[in-house]
Amino acid sequence: MAAAPLQPVPAHASPADSSATDQAGQAYFDRIIAEDSRIEPKDWMPEAYRKTLVRQISQHAHSEIIGMQPEANWITRAPSLKRKAILMAKVQDEAGHGLYLYSAAETLGTPRDVLNQQLLDGKAKYSSIFNYPARSWADMGAIGWLVDGAAIANQVPLCRASYGPYGRAMVRICKEESFHQRQGFEILLELSHGTPEQKRMAQDAVDRFYAPALMMFGPPDDDSPNSKQSMAWNIKRFSNDELRQRFVGMIVEQAKVLGLTLPDPELRFDEETGQWIHMELDWQEFKDVIAGRGPCNSQRMARRREAHENGAWVREAAHAYAEKKMQQKAGAA
Amino acid sequence: MTHAQPTQAQPTQAQPTHADHSLDSFGDAAASATRVTPGNALRPEDIAISPDKPNDDVAEYALRLGDDSLILAQRLSHWISRGPELEEDIALGNIALDLLGHARSFLIYAGHALGKSEDDLAYWREEEDFRSVWLFEQPNGDFGVTIARQLVVSIYQHLLYSRLVDSTDPTIAAIAAKALKEVDYHRDHATQWTLRLGDGTAESHRRMQAALELVWPYVDELFDDDPLIDRIGDAGVRPSTLREQFDADIAAVIDEATLDLPTVPRAMGGGRRGLHTEHLGYLLAEMQVLARKHPGASW
Repeated sequence: MAAAPLQPVPAHASPADSSATDQAGQAYFDRIIAEDSRIEPKDWMPEAYRKTLVRQISQHAHSEIIGMQPEANWITRAPSLKRKAILMAKVQDEAGHGLYLYSAAETLGTPRDVLNQQLLDGKAKYSSIFNYPARSWADMGAIGWLVDGAAIANQVPLCRASYGPYGRAMVRICKEESFHQRQGFEILLELSHGTPEQKRMAQDAVDRFYAPALMMFGPPDDDSPNSKQSMAWNIKRFSNDELRQRFVGMIVEQAKVLGLTLPDPELRFDEETGQWIHMELDWQEFKDVIAGRGPCNSQRMARRREAHENGAWVREAAHAYAEKKMQQKAGAA
Repeated sequence: MTHAQPTQAQPTQAQPTHADHSLDSFGDAAASATRVTPGNALRPEDIAISPDKPNDDVAEYALRLGDDSLILAQRLSHWISRGPELEEDIALGNIALDLLGHARSFLIYAGHALGKSEDDLAYWREEEDFRSVWLFEQPNGDFGVTIARQLVVSIYQHLLYSRLVDSTDPTIAAIAAKALKEVDYHRDHATQWTLRLGDGTAESHRRMQAALELVWPYVDELFDDDPLIDRIGDAGVRPSTLREQFDADIAAVIDEATLDLPTVPRAMGGGRRGLHTEHLGYLLAEMQVLARKHPGASW
């Protein structure tokens, strides 16, 4: 049955007709979701949908920004100039991802300044993986391979998210993330085929990042209260556990190529269910890290606040200069 | 005088330095969201596989230029994740990445004469073997100091590479041709920020003036001539011949930014002879520590 062409319903034109707009808007929104089509910034959308998106997109943006720190920690010590260049380009990409994501969140009506302030005030979350320290050069490999790998597994389905600007931002981000994952893999490959010390370094990094990377998919499905609604809204496409299993399946083969082992005694493929079974993860640790008790939470936040505070006079100067130039232009006209 | 000769700057596939165990080809490993490198630009990897070998004097000259850019890239990279705004994390990272690219090209080329790789030169030389001048190793300071250093460096490098594209050494000319386009952006970035900070708020004006005073003692050394410059002739550029234009260019920016040209005395200098400030040792200690823990390892 061919549906009549949908006319978008703009967000409130005037307060007087708000309830009529809401009804028409809800109907439009419901059909867009049912047809698995896209909501755009000017369309009407339920407040809860808007709020969920702002929260999710800004958390993702904050994760990119905080996630620059553990890798920036190794730029000045990168062991070859080529690796240094690759790492610098990567961390720079992450800042770029943060920018697109803040822009996507801004289309929902919350300015970047406000989102940034939420991060600085500790009111907004970011991915807890970045509260783990990057202790060795091999961590640059493990972060690329496992952390970016988990991020890709999470984010590829988000390219089809029902909110247009988010989905489109994710397309570009995923392309770059897959580059990063390959670079991480390449670092580990070089180490695992290097000296015994280098191989030990690589194994140690994988041992430390495996479980935290698996936790990046979020709590188990039976303990993930927001997932159901996000799936109903076509923001999320697969459950946390589905994505986690899919990711484990991916890395098992890659670990063999690397000649490294995954630190999981229970890892096996279950022929009956066609799924990968992994060990029970320490969800208490996950909760602790989210609650601020991770190894680097306070360090990461202190660094972000310090950069923000040290930059205040620069931003004020740029603002004052722009105002001056505008006034001069107006005066000259 | 010829411009960069295409025969020297032929884009070629980089040769893998080890057996490729990876799943597939990674393309340009340094490709980035925020930086578009023209497909036919000369890359360090292209120089690595080129058979061209400089004579000892040109190698020493390449080492000087390479060390300048390497040390500054190392300094600037520290800003990534610490900038006053996200856009500056990207911009300063971008500039650092460009400079690192120039450094790699010059060091690889110098290494052809010395029988050393870029990493041998970057990681295994001692402080007194580095040939960079003092300006490049000066600490970042606040954002104003970094911008003041960038202003001096980018105007200088822009003038230098504008002339070096006519070097009689085709590889030097080709590296300069690629660097020139990038340094043009660096100069614009530093100029815009000097204007904003100089003519922004009272606080930024004060800081920017102080920053200029801080870096100014190290300006003169950039333009010192020495016997090597006589020996390499038209393969290089005589530094003193860049001075007049430099003075005019930087004075124009400083004036528009409502700042004053510093009148502080010059520092003695000596970087080209391996005599450095106290800062370089720490910078190298950090840069070299991991590589030196694993002699003979590849990464």
